[in-house]
Amino acid sequence: MPAKGYVEILVDTCKGCGLCVANCPTQCLALKQDDTNVFGYHYSYMSDPDKCIACMNCAVMCPDSVITVYKKKS
Amino acid sequence: MREGYEVIYQKPKTLTDNKMHYCPGCIHGIMHKIFMEVVEEMDIQEKTVGVCPVGCSVFAYDYMDVDMQEAAHGRAAAVATAIKRMLPDRMVFSYQGDGDLAAIGTAETLHACNRGENFLFIFINNGIYGMTGGQMAPTTLNGQKTTTSPLGRDKKSMGSPLKMTEMVTPLDGVAFAARVSGNNPANVRKAKRIFRKALEIQQQNIGTQFVEVVSNCPSGWKCTPVESMDWIVEQSIPYYPLGIFKEPGK
Amino acid sequence: MGEIRFMKGNEALAEAAIRAGMQGYFGYPITPQSEVIEYLAAEEPNHDYTLIQAESEVASINMVYGGAAAGARVMTTTSSPGYSLMQEGVSYIACAELPCVVANIARGGPGLGTIQAGQGDYFQAVKGGGHGDYRQIVLAPNSVQEMVDHTILAFELADKYRTPVLILSDGAIGQMMEKVELPDPIPYKPNKPWATTGKTHDRERNYITSLYIQSDDMERKNISLQKKFRKIEEKEVRFEEYMIEDAELIITAYGVTSRTSKKIVDLAREAGIKLGLHRPITLWPFPSERIIELASDDKVKAFFSIEMSAGQMVEDVKLAVNGRKPTFFYGRTGGIIPTPEEVIDFIQKKAGEL
Repeated sequence: MPAKGYVEILVDTCKGCGLCVANCPTQCLALKQDDTNVFGYHYSYMSDPDKCIACMNCAVMCPDSVITVYKKKS
Repeated sequence: MREGYEVIYQKPKTLTDNKMHYCPGCIHGIMHKIFMEVVEEMDIQEKTVGVCPVGCSVFAYDYMDVDMQEAAHGRAAAVATAIKRMLPDRMVFSYQGDGDLAAIGTAETLHACNRGENFLFIFINNGIYGMTGGQMAPTTLNGQKTTTSPLGRDKKSMGSPLKMTEMVTPLDGVAFAARVSGNNPANVRKAKRIFRKALEIQQQNIGTQFVEVVSNCPSGWKCTPVESMDWIVEQSIPYYPLGIFKEPGK
Repeated sequence: MGEIRFMKGNEALAEAAIRAGMQGYFGYPITPQSEVIEYLAAEEPNHDYTLIQAESEVASINMVYGGAAAGARVMTTTSSPGYSLMQEGVSYIACAELPCVVANIARGGPGLGTIQAGQGDYFQAVKGGGHGDYRQIVLAPNSVQEMVDHTILAFELADKYRTPVLILSDGAIGQMMEKVELPDPIPYKPNKPWATTGKTHDRERNYITSLYIQSDDMERKNISLQKKFRKIEEKEVRFEEYMIEDAELIITAYGVTSRTSKKIVDLAREAGIKLGLHRPITLWPFPSERIIELASDDKVKAFFSIEMSAGQMVEDVKLAVNGRKPTFFYGRTGGIIPTPEEVIDFIQKKAGEL
């Protein structure tokens, strides 16, 4: 069954603060530990995309507004 | 966009595309965003004029896509006063940190509130001087270590942290006073509703709107962003309780 | 001919500001200029401007900043210690290139000083006062009529160059009463596309700042400011002269001492001394070129700067004279206006030594 939602993250604007990860109720986000963006940050990515419920918590908490949230049309 | 999906949350168009200079995890970015969301949702971008302070948010005009003025340290309230008096139909806000609003600018803050100047104070209180490298602020908690209170704030010689919202609430000129935080999604959403309410009160022209944001400073507090949010819950909010302190009709 | 009234200098300045289309006045009472805010407070119901009695001069000047950046014609007035408090704000205003008018009805200093008239704020007015490389136009009225004329002129120059303009008057001019002719109200239509009036869809956001954190940006800003200052120096020098054509000895004086200096010239002429007066009206830009011209004239033997200070404008006179002729200073402080008799004695004594 496809996920209820997904997020797009602007990798090179992400500062890897981890607030999205900490506030994701389904743990579908993580910081990319084996890669960095152009500024040297371990950026956020969807580590477990199937779990996304499009709750928007990650985007609400993102200080750099790098997250766009998509929801499956009903 | 994937087929069968729609956008339900994106950066507001009232924020510019400039990359913010704030440290990772700083609540400034969250507050910039939700305040600009309110400006977008109320469709008041053309009418909004802001004032930025001296402090970490000195460059707020790089991010908020509205007309703005950069004030001298502590003088944002005086600057905002004049803007609103000269342009009474505009929506005016000052965006200030704790050094700006509660130390060097205390007189301007209190007198603008006391005159009931019809603009919105957004007061970002993270209890430390972030931009200059982590010195003690008037809002630093008792016992809190900073570079100028290395043994922890000692209230005997340094005084206790100022509760600005409690100070301005009794003033006749203040129509709306609230304290919010940006430490978790629920509080961020609540803060956004409070900002909207404050601006709606500004439209009624009944007095000053004062919103304090209990904020963080991972760099100054020397912790991770996530740890800083826990610290807000454990240390800041017990001293700086959240809620609406004053609103019209109540 | 405009309306004729018998007015106090401070009230004349206030009335002129109203007629110049001032939209915002922000001030704090201080002797000897409180009549300005009192007059404006009394007149406010009859006009469109907004007046705020601020909590301090610091707040006043920053209200001026905010009002000017919002596109309004704004003014504050104060006296010496209050003007000291405004210096940071003036520097910001100069850098942010905001038009505004400030009047300093100066008293004697330093410190809390005296409430009597003084000219000890010359350095502060023309050399900066605040931090950084900035200049401001400084007008020095010497009559109640000029309190009116200079106020009108100050608003025009402020808008023309987007700069703070200081009216450096003193407690004597501010408090004296004279006949004045008032101009009809000037229709003022602001055209300030740079002002922060709300970002409309057809333009980028406007922001007013004096912050240039990158070195090359800051230098570029300074170069552009200096270019403006050179243009002002070229276009806006104003001075007045009296009995200068055949003068061998020249008094330089501004403001209240330029009034007594006219009398001094008359008395000296009666005694057969060929004395003349050069009176700078703009203290910045300073009439250096004219003084160089006078100093290069063979018949001119010496300059005498007469001030109510311990010797301030004399430094600019000396810079212009540049050693071509002897330059002397005579001044009194504490609010004491030098009498014609003591000045003539001084001039005769010095001239005798030449």
